[in-house]
Amino acid sequence: MQDIKAAVRAYIVDNFIMGGEATFKDNDSFMAKHVIDSTGFLELVTFLEDTYGFVVEDDEMVPENLDSLDNIDAYVRRKSPA
Amino acid sequence: MLLHQLFEESARRKPDKVALVFESARYTYAQLDRMATQLAAVLQQRGVQRGDRVTTYLDNGLESVVSICAALKCGAVFMPVNPLTKKDKLAYLLNDSRASVLIAHSALQAEFAGALAHNRSVHTCLVVDSDGAAWPDERCIPWPLANGESLNFTEPATIDQDLAGIIYTSGSTGDPKGVMLTHLNMVSAARSISTYLGLQHDDVIVCVLPLAFDYGLYQVLMSFQVGATLVLERSFSFPVKVLETMAREQVTVFPGVPTVFSLLMAMKTLRSHPLPSLRKITNTAAALSEEHIRQLRDLFPHALLYSMYGLTECKRVTYLPPDQLDIRPTSVGRGMPNEEVWLVDEAGQRLPNGSTGELVIRGSNVMRGYWDKPEETAKRLKPGPIAGEMILHSGDIFRTDAEGYLYFVARKDDIIKSRGEKVSPREVENVLYGMAGVLDAAVIGVPDAVLGEAVKAFVTFKPDWPRPSEREVIKYCLSKLEPFMAPKYVAFVDELPKTDTGKIKKTGLA
Repeated sequence: MQDIKAAVRAYIVDNFIMGGEATFKDNDSFMAKHVIDSTGFLELVTFLEDTYGFVVEDDEMVPENLDSLDNIDAYVRRKSPA
Repeated sequence: MLLHQLFEESARRKPDKVALVFESARYTYAQLDRMATQLAAVLQQRGVQRGDRVTTYLDNGLESVVSICAALKCGAVFMPVNPLTKKDKLAYLLNDSRASVLIAHSALQAEFAGALAHNRSVHTCLVVDSDGAAWPDERCIPWPLANGESLNFTEPATIDQDLAGIIYTSGSTGDPKGVMLTHLNMVSAARSISTYLGLQHDDVIVCVLPLAFDYGLYQVLMSFQVGATLVLERSFSFPVKVLETMAREQVTVFPGVPTVFSLLMAMKTLRSHPLPSLRKITNTAAALSEEHIRQLRDLFPHALLYSMYGLTECKRVTYLPPDQLDIRPTSVGRGMPNEEVWLVDEAGQRLPNGSTGELVIRGSNVMRGYWDKPEETAKRLKPGPIAGEMILHSGDIFRTDAEGYLYFVARKDDIIKSRGEKVSPREVENVLYGMAGVLDAAVIGVPDAVLGEAVKAFVTFKPDWPRPSEREVIKYCLSKLEPFMAPKYVAFVDELPKTDTGKIKKTGLA
């Protein structure tokens, strides 16, 4: 579980970063920075479910859980068994 | 009547009514009107004159709404550009329209700075949320409304034949075309649509669609026209959040496109978000499946569902009255109030009910033409029944039933509809041809459950050229195109089928 941010960052850079120019910090909002668009979040959720082996419930699909690397890191740690 | 006067009229009638809700901030009509006048004064001070183009490159938010009103107030032509647009295309749009002003969000700096480097027409770039940072381009100044100083504003001599907006749309030639809309065009469309929808001052309209998309834009225009409250959302990325907001604000009107409704219906917990205030659901941009219609009506039995069809060139064309939904669920209805539509054959002759032909539109909502593209304009605007008037040829083939209700059959061109947005295969192919090693490229639409159609590219590379991965091709396209235009699938082929004259033949590709 050490490398959640690194793994998610690698996935995002690989799949969403347009042309590889944009950079984003761990606490940047993907939405505000135009890193991920609306259908992109669905793909991100699928990636998290496949990688970390839990189900993202509808009500968990909120910016507080998904809209920055910091938020994802905290969310994945909460969801994953210790 | 001028477009912004619809808004000013509402501001005079009910100055203290909430006009806009955005991210829990609330703005009254009087507040918005004051901000718009102040910005209009700034624009005038910067030298903006009647007829100049003012481009917005912003996410949905307070600034995007105020900018549109301000541009109109000072007699300028507003030109909303989707914030997903990349720098090369933004530069094309600014150059093609010879825009004077760009209003952009600081988060998009990499793109707009790149575009400005290839543009000379823009003399002022207002940067929203700029934090007082220094900008590489001396034309950039911070969004001015924070300091609150009041400036002199001079009312321009605008009339309703003047352009109010230019909205770019994808064309089959690959170069986006600027649809020129006068004040009369937009006021007429807003009035017709709000009439058949029965919008009222006590409506609360949610808008999850980008304001660069005319369907989103008109939610603002119509809400302000009838004096209602607009609940503006940045996007539909987090449906649960939008549903919570809709419940809190007691939203009565929910405009969407099939992709929005697909995302909604995919939620397992949808039933735990009841929306008892909802009175109307509208759909356009692409047809809802009969299954989605059934599910929507089942989920929101107290809401009326409107199936509609439109074109940027005249805004809206048809709507199906909700009481017809059970009788003809796949019809997009008939012409809207103060508009006449009919089908024509290849020779332009009017066809009787029960025929199949191209849909033509006659009304005050029909555009003035494509900006600086007289040949493209002549293909779509043709002389109408009365000397001097022009009617719009939609380029879409419809059939009518015995009572004249319309059913979409096909497009005359090869434009793809993905997420309800138009995608020009040529525009995507042009980008692919710019990729090193590409020999041939062909782009088509393939059916997709969420997107309607997904973009699929067939590519051949030069012999001996190291073939990139599918992902690399997609990423290359994402660096040049809005995400909805980038291929979802890439097929690598040794050869593409050609016609006798050497043109790529797309029939048979899938």
